[in-house]
Amino acid sequence: MAGHNHPSYLKIYIILVVLFAVSVIGPEVAPMFGAYAKAVVLLTAFGIAIWKAYLVCAYFMHLKFEKVYAPYILLACLSLLFVFFFGTATDAMFSNGHNWFKDLDEEAMVKEAEARSYVLNKDSHGDHGDHGHGAHDDHGDEDKAH
Amino acid sequence: MAHQIIATGRSRTGIPTGRLAVWWVIGSEILIFGGLIASYLLNRFNHGPSWSVEAANTNTFIGACNTFWLLTSSLFVVYAHAASERRDAAKTRMWIWLTILLGGFFMGFKTYEYATEIHHGFTLFTSNFWSFYYTATGLHGFHVLCGMVILALIAERDVKHEKNWHRVENIGLYWHFVDIVWIFLFPLMYIAK
Repeated sequence: MAGHNHPSYLKIYIILVVLFAVSVIGPEVAPMFGAYAKAVVLLTAFGIAIWKAYLVCAYFMHLKFEKVYAPYILLACLSLLFVFFFGTATDAMFSNGHNWFKDLDEEAMVKEAEARSYVLNKDSHGDHGDHGHGAHDDHGDEDKAH
Repeated sequence: MAHQIIATGRSRTGIPTGRLAVWWVIGSEILIFGGLIASYLLNRFNHGPSWSVEAANTNTFIGACNTFWLLTSSLFVVYAHAASERRDAAKTRMWIWLTILLGGFFMGFKTYEYATEIHHGFTLFTSNFWSFYYTATGLHGFHVLCGMVILALIAERDVKHEKNWHRVENIGLYWHFVDIVWIFLFPLMYIAK
């Protein structure tokens, strides 16, 4: 790909770093947007991730200047991925179907996750490490009891 | 013995053989990492509350530092490619080794992060979230490690002896892809809590 003029790599890098900063700060300030908080997180975290990936592909990987077959290869694989996602999503997103149901108690899963959470329990325990192991061990005992 | 013919280009696509092979590798990697990420998303949609509590335990600062190392290493490897096109062996090797250095930073931070999480009781078998976390980031870390080894081999076996310059671009494509995977893993594992 020596036949094309290189873009300013430093300029692309600076844009990437600014986008990265926005993707970190965005979710932190999202609660200030009230009802739109979730949309702000999705936009700043995932929308920007797609934008960053595009910049890396187009300019650092030179896909913008590559022969058309390379993007076709990548798009073909990406399409297969969407087939996989939507093919399995029809099963995975439902909790029951013909002759099957998922016996999952989300409330109990949240309680288990909270019990072993280092972040939620760090104020009430001096030694973080001991707490984490303790919580995990308790969970293991529960499993054995079942 | 007859002269061995090595196909250096594919006339149908107009893309050199090595580079075309790397595009196919990246295509297959899209399915590997994409499949993992798609499965993660399906689970996240189904178990939002519990996975949210689990995700709160990941270290955003370390994740952010690792994103910065990889973004910067992407710039360095593209500089190495530009230097290789000028056939400047010294500069190419310098940028390649700086890329490896940042890859080392990434692996160092990741190791510290893993050690801390395991110390707090979060292992591969703690829950579905942690299984996905260790599988996705572990597989990615393995790709970073492989990239570092290949970069070092190209710097010392090819660029040093001013041969096989095209390999710099090929490993660069792979390295950028590894960066792109982390661009998606970072918000999934560290930001969306």
